[in-house]
Amino acid sequence: MSAAHTLYPAVQLAATEGASEHRPLIITLFAAFVVATLFITVWAGRQTKSASDFYAGGRQFTGFQNGLAVSGDYMSAASFLGIAGAIALFGYDGFLYSIGFLVAWLVALLLVAEPLRNSGRYTMGDVLAYRMRQRPVRTAAGTSTIVVSIFYLLAQMAGAGVLVSLLLGITSDFGKIVIVALVGVLMILYVTIGGMKGTTWVQMVKAVLLIAGTLLITFLILLKFNFNISDLLGTAASNSGKGAAFLEPGLKYGATGVSKLDFISLGIALVLGTAGLPHILIRFYTVPTAKAARKSVNWAIGIIGAFYLMTIVLGFGAAAILKPGDIIASNKAGNTAAPLAALEIGGGSGSTGGAILLAVISAVAFATILAVVAGLTLASSSSFAHDIYANVIRKGKATEKEEVRAARWATVAIGIVSIALGALARDLNVAGLVALAFAVAASANLPTILYSLFWKRFTTQGALWSIYGGLSSSVLLVLFSPVVSSKPTSMFPSVDFAWFPLENPGLISIPLGFLLGWLGSVIGKEKPDTDKYAELEVKSLTGTGAH
Amino acid sequence: MATDAPPPEGRSDTSPAQPTTEAFNAVQASAEFADLRRSFRSFAFPLTIAFVTWYLLYVLLCNYAGGFMSTKVVGNINMALVLGLAQFATTFLIAVLYSRHAASKLDPKAEAIKSRMEADV
Repeated sequence: MSAAHTLYPAVQLAATEGASEHRPLIITLFAAFVVATLFITVWAGRQTKSASDFYAGGRQFTGFQNGLAVSGDYMSAASFLGIAGAIALFGYDGFLYSIGFLVAWLVALLLVAEPLRNSGRYTMGDVLAYRMRQRPVRTAAGTSTIVVSIFYLLAQMAGAGVLVSLLLGITSDFGKIVIVALVGVLMILYVTIGGMKGTTWVQMVKAVLLIAGTLLITFLILLKFNFNISDLLGTAASNSGKGAAFLEPGLKYGATGVSKLDFISLGIALVLGTAGLPHILIRFYTVPTAKAARKSVNWAIGIIGAFYLMTIVLGFGAAAILKPGDIIASNKAGNTAAPLAALEIGGGSGSTGGAILLAVISAVAFATILAVVAGLTLASSSSFAHDIYANVIRKGKATEKEEVRAARWATVAIGIVSIALGALARDLNVAGLVALAFAVAASANLPTILYSLFWKRFTTQGALWSIYGGLSSSVLLVLFSPVVSSKPTSMFPSVDFAWFPLENPGLISIPLGFLLGWLGSVIGKEKPDTDKYAELEVKSLTGTGAH
Repeated sequence: MATDAPPPEGRSDTSPAQPTTEAFNAVQASAEFADLRRSFRSFAFPLTIAFVTWYLLYVLLCNYAGGFMSTKVVGNINMALVLGLAQFATTFLIAVLYSRHAASKLDPKAEAIKSRMEADV
């Protein structure tokens, strides 16, 4: 249990009292979403017969549908709770997340989405291992898929824990475990029954709910300030107690030379991470052609861009209408700023309007977490079944049925692991946690994706050095960073083994991943497989023989 | 909801017919494919370098040009916010530019090669 909850119970109680009068409403909204999505899942499950249905939703979604689903998969609790919180606490510095998360889509659009759609089948590993010796590279791709997804899961589970304590006022760990377990069970159901088809529909529903909920709060905040953004920003600045500095870069990262490097590190990880996220990449297999994949990304850029513009209003709005002490008191990392702002804008704690808005926003956040968690679980269980089980363990001899069965069992296992992890990351800003997943993805996956697609001389050794080098350096640097130990906001605040000063490892591990991929290819006797490269290059640019 | 079309019926994903290794090598070495590759790379690569540089410039300005970034533009809206919003604008713009380039310059060439190769299988 965090110190904040025992030191400043007042806000916690205020929010909880506001909520508790309307707890039936909150539970009804949660339950409605759960019932609706389970219904979709069962219905999608009935149509899931082949491996292609399970992994790729039958490849028959339209560009728009998939664009919506990609947005749903991408706008996680990090975007919704984390960015609003980071802006509410640190002002302008929190805005970097919005910008980086969006600009990153250009890497996916220009370099990755279409070639990947043309040359892969079910997983990121399909493309990574295309030109290489299958077993070692598939193993590496599966490992990094699972590690990246688990980092990302950790962030979502932290978000779930935050919501529970805010809404149900449960300061005992029991309530949190119940909710985290519920999230885990639901995600296992979504994925095992509905496969990619069910998961895609859940993402679409969630994206619509999230955009609608965010629009509503943004509108109400703007209304309060008569749609005068300058006024809103001015109020946020003075209310934060930090004056004009609140609207300028540097409040969180500007203090020292090291923290400035941390800002650069975060910036690089955000912009290069997206195109290496397995749960995003496999979404491009759900559409029939590369053109449709391009259309998906364009829709996603539009939807996600609009959403991140609203996070500015949400974050600065929270700073303008809430007492800064209250935001920190409720959650040290600011993760509850958005729901608290909803409570306040609806009339404050104790008011019916406030309670309703709080319930709506919390239900939206809950839906967001559930959907993203399902997407992550699908990505990692697909990769386990298709890359590791079918191609490594069974050496390509498993039947479709056996492969899908393995994916379902892997889903159950990953569900259990993420429930267990749910207890760990309580007071970390969920946007910061997701940024770690981005750093790992950009270090371990992106170099190999780009080299595979565009560099003739890339070899198996290069791929392995890059994946394992990027993966282990980024994970180890996080382990020895202030995220894990030494600071009051760390996972383990009471110990100190943080010799690496940056919270985000990207500045070191991303260049290292690229460097190792190049080095591993140029030294050693291995000749690149030119036949396979001809096949991959022609396929990836033309779509010849694409699945 | 905007997406009320029912999801498609399940279908199996049998491997599509694949051209031979020789065919892939021949196409890769052809002038037509070289032209497609050039149209793609000469557009996507410089543009990628450009937007990554522009984004990094923004990050560095945030870090090391505090005075400039805090310049007020209108009311409480300062240079930092304007440049941040400019990142949004350029992202939308580049997405549009690339999609137009792809539709006019890449898709027809790719389609021509693909249909010929698949007809030969």
